Amino acid sequence: MGYGDVEMIDANGIRNDGRKAGDVRPISIELGVVPVADGSCRMRWGTNDVIAAIYGPMEAHPRKIQRQDRAVLDVRYNMAPFSTSDRIRPGFNRRSREISKVTAEALESVVMLELYPRSKIRVEIEIICAEAGTRCVGLTAASVALAHAGIPMTDLVVSVASGKINDVVVCDLNKAEDNYGEADLPMGVLPNTGELVFLQMDGDLSPEEFQEAWDYNMNAAMVIHEYCVEALKTGRYPQ
Amino acid sequence: MKGVLVARLDNMTEKKNAAGPQDKQRVTRLVAPGEDLGDLEGHELGHGVIATDGRIRATKNGRMNVNGNTISIEPIRTAYVPRPGDLVIGYIEGCTNNIWFVDIGAPFNAILPMSLGPSKADFGGTRSVIDIGEAILCRVQEVEETHSSVVTMKGMGLRKIRSGAVENIDPHLLGRLIGKQGKALRQLKEESECRVIVGDNGRLWIDGDFNGTLEVRNRLRSLTAEAKAVTLGGVA
Repeated sequence: MGYGDVEMIDANGIRNDGRKAGDVRPISIELGVVPVADGSCRMRWGTNDVIAAIYGPMEAHPRKIQRQDRAVLDVRYNMAPFSTSDRIRPGFNRRSREISKVTAEALESVVMLELYPRSKIRVEIEIICAEAGTRCVGLTAASVALAHAGIPMTDLVVSVASGKINDVVVCDLNKAEDNYGEADLPMGVLPNTGELVFLQMDGDLSPEEFQEAWDYNMNAAMVIHEYCVEALKTGRYPQ
Repeated sequence: MKGVLVARLDNMTEKKNAAGPQDKQRVTRLVAPGEDLGDLEGHELGHGVIATDGRIRATKNGRMNVNGNTISIEPIRTAYVPRPGDLVIGYIEGCTNNIWFVDIGAPFNAILPMSLGPSKADFGGTRSVIDIGEAILCRVQEVEETHSSVVTMKGMGLRKIRSGAVENIDPHLLGRLIGKQGKALRQLKEESECRVIVGDNGRLWIDGDFNGTLEVRNRLRSLTAEAKAVTLGGVA
């Protein structure tokens, strides 16, 4: 067994953190953690810890970014320098730009931007502690924070990643599975309609494996959506 | 609020044999964006809901109100959206030779032209009349489709605020502060012996002695805390 050949799931289908193939890591959600923001959400998902804060709608500056018929979403995904064991250089990098872009595009499909022409809604996603799947946690936290801020939305966006480890498809990869696994399939789902707003894939999956990962993501998204709704109604999940 | 029986769309439909409440009664429950609120047929859409594929869906996080056959959502948090005729308290953010730009707590700054200002000033003399950072009591005169608004200071009681304090609360809590036919606000004014002017944008001008101002501030703080407690307690 060499580097990369780590055994991540045993013969009984138990993963290295004790979960079964379809299990999601423990999730907790807290709203209103940034009092000065118009809406905010802190989501702990396994060891991931993410804070999303919403500011706006506000006048879009500079004026060249204004759209006459709708608002623009200014999404900034940022990992804190201390969020991983290797220090991350502060500021934007190629990865954070990409994640900010795909997050903005996923959120644009649910936020009713046409109600706020010429304005801007700032979405700040800060990763405090990163384990694996931070883009999924960031997107889900941002959608809950937007709802908390009172921004009109047609649905929430719930994002989960499934993947393949040791030739077995599993749901919600942890750090070891993400690093040493064979494939990763993050998805963003609108739980009330079942529509897909975000899909990326890293690695190779056969059509059957893809379907299996898809089903895991869809089922997990429905469960996580219930947590989000509970948090929106009571301020936190679990109570 | 635990243990309170709350009427819901689903438990109200049993007797009616219809997809939603039909009688003129008020029911309330907490909803999240995207939540299905029932069949569109026989219902009218109020604030915070949309119709898709013959179903009514929530677009905001808040309390669902069914008033007669109109379904609407009273949001838990909301930004102020100006409407013509609103009495607002604004801060001057900037000015040109003949226009002031006023922060009224909306997504966009309002403009106050010299012609609608408090007094006549020479061209270029806007800052000598109202300077940047000063607070004014004004009224929204016009709101365009693009959400730009014009405010006026021509009218009874509209003025520059020279004394007292300006406080903020969320605009959707104003109803609770004012009470039915202004009863709660009147009581607050009497108790605190302060002049309290409530702007529709959630800003209040409190003018009175120190203790009175403190009393009004405490009332505002408890109102915000109460609203939060009701939400966290879970009405639904």
